[in-house]
Amino acid sequence: MSRTENEMNSPEGINPTQKAVTGIPALAKTATQRETSATSSVLERIRQTQPRSSRFPDATFRAVILITAISVFAIVVFVAWELIDKSRLSLHQFGLSFFYGHDWDPVNEVFGAVPFIYGTLVSSFLALLIAIPLSVGVAVYITEMCPVRLRAIIAFLVELLAAIPSVIYGLWGIFVLAPLLRVYVEPFLAKTLGWTGFFSGPMYGLGMLAAGIILSIMVIPIIASITREVLTAVPQSQREAVLALGATRWEMIRMGVLRNARIGIIGGIILGLGRALGETMAVTMVIGNRPEISQSLFAGGYTMASVIANEFTEATGDVYLSALVEIGLALFIVTLIVNALARLLVWSITGGSAARARA
Amino acid sequence: MLNQPGSAQTAKLSLWRRFMNHAATGFAVGAAILVLAPLLAIFVYLLVKGAGSVNWAFLTQTPKPPGELGGGMANAMVGSALILAVASVLGVPLGIGCGIYLAEYGRNRFGDLVRFTADVLNGVPSIVIGIAVYGLIVLQQKHFSAFSGGVALGIMMVPTIARATEEMLMMVPNVIREAALGLGIPKWRTTLSITLRTASAGVITGCMLAFARVAGETAPLLFTAFGNQFWNLKLNQPTAALSLQVFAYAISPYEDWHRQAWAGALILIVMIVVAVAAVRIVTSRGMLKGTS
Repeated sequence: MSRTENEMNSPEGINPTQKAVTGIPALAKTATQRETSATSSVLERIRQTQPRSSRFPDATFRAVILITAISVFAIVVFVAWELIDKSRLSLHQFGLSFFYGHDWDPVNEVFGAVPFIYGTLVSSFLALLIAIPLSVGVAVYITEMCPVRLRAIIAFLVELLAAIPSVIYGLWGIFVLAPLLRVYVEPFLAKTLGWTGFFSGPMYGLGMLAAGIILSIMVIPIIASITREVLTAVPQSQREAVLALGATRWEMIRMGVLRNARIGIIGGIILGLGRALGETMAVTMVIGNRPEISQSLFAGGYTMASVIANEFTEATGDVYLSALVEIGLALFIVTLIVNALARLLVWSITGGSAARARA
Repeated sequence: MLNQPGSAQTAKLSLWRRFMNHAATGFAVGAAILVLAPLLAIFVYLLVKGAGSVNWAFLTQTPKPPGELGGGMANAMVGSALILAVASVLGVPLGIGCGIYLAEYGRNRFGDLVRFTADVLNGVPSIVIGIAVYGLIVLQQKHFSAFSGGVALGIMMVPTIARATEEMLMMVPNVIREAALGLGIPKWRTTLSITLRTASAGVITGCMLAFARVAGETAPLLFTAFGNQFWNLKLNQPTAALSLQVFAYAISPYEDWHRQAWAGALILIVMIVVAVAAVRIVTSRGMLKGTS
């Protein structure tokens, strides 16, 4: 029943969505395009009347500016090349087995990254699990329910969460969150959900669960601010139309707003995932740093970023260092893909320039 | 969705719908409270645990050897300033230049590509940038240095500043450019003295946001600036930084160092919040209204 309904609705659901969501930005876009095309011919005519003496400085200025723009590429290429170059030793020695080997043994120079990949994936997944409902909830609250006067204040406070450095999250995690988890939350989880196997074993406070919670706090502002942006882009008429059909506020939000904004929200979630995968300091401080795979979330873990942070300066031997750089390379490639995907999704909604999306 | 007006189930379903409506409202309010609670908790703890330890000794002395009481983070604050100065010298001109390109010349395919690359670079983990800079500078020079730390942070500033500058320049009306060009002012002069000048408040706030973002960065400094227990004002020597010091003290076993970690964190956060709040105040005024 619901499936056929979805199928029936989907073409109608998508088309008005795209039209509706891009409606205002698209209008703005065509307006600016018209304006620039008109003015550019004016500017062109003005430029032709300019004295010859200003052409050389103009060309120089343009070249300098172009170089700064190209430098952004240069940086990305340089980072990629540097990582590949410095991990060559490990790439040759271990090949693909690096990514399915379980042993991380610097003494015998055997390196397998599985425990770290596992830790990164589990902590990021846990973070998203907590962060998605909360950040969509807070974005909905800000755009749809909150008194107008509070709106800007709450949005600012949520963005302030993003400005707190990760080392401070880590500090807070060690001395406030971990004891809280150890004394109250973990015994409770063990008692109620211990049978699942995810919440058992000794309770230290520090561990995978703490890392997931800290990461979720750090990811929430990213997902929430993008969701808020996309929700604001849904035209008011869409809401009025659903309300006019007799929907309650929740139904209006679900059918008129969230459904229209879903692609943008997914983009925001992927962007948050990118941040969670690469986050280093806070996770390193609370995850417990044990290269083991354990079913229980109370146990310590290790992530790709934190093994680099902990062992890089102490790495003796070229192969050891090279293996750490290879983990960095893997992290770089994964976050590159994740971010590119997220940007494309968000751009498809808001139309490229941030100015247009926010206006 | 299942509710058919006039059907026998109307009353029951409308009760369900009413319940769902309240539940959703309750959930959204709860989410807002849950999200803001950690923020409040972090600030309260920073104030309670940190404020008492910010004193003259903390602000003027260098760290004491492990286990000894007292000492401060003066060298770390100066080190942070040194590293951030290098980062700004590198990141601000590159970022603004890139932003000018995007706004004034970049309305084309190549511009979109630069925009996209900048956004992707923004998402690259800071520790990865640290590794790259380690390979380029630290390995060549064979020692850690404030300069390499500054380069790593400078790279991280570029995409943020570029996008902010572009956004602000796009808001300058074309009429102003035409007026300047009509007076016979060359394009480069128009861009620098008229367009950029008009948008300067916004561009500066963009730079400050980028600055605030990298001021608390720790991961890329671990193997570039490295940290230092003593005074250092040389660019080619290992240098302490506030964030590094907070990290080192937080994971240490000493009670007195934990206390100082909180104090260092408090100073760091005050610096950042002042920067972010300044941005808010400027962007909510005048021509920049409604931009963020």
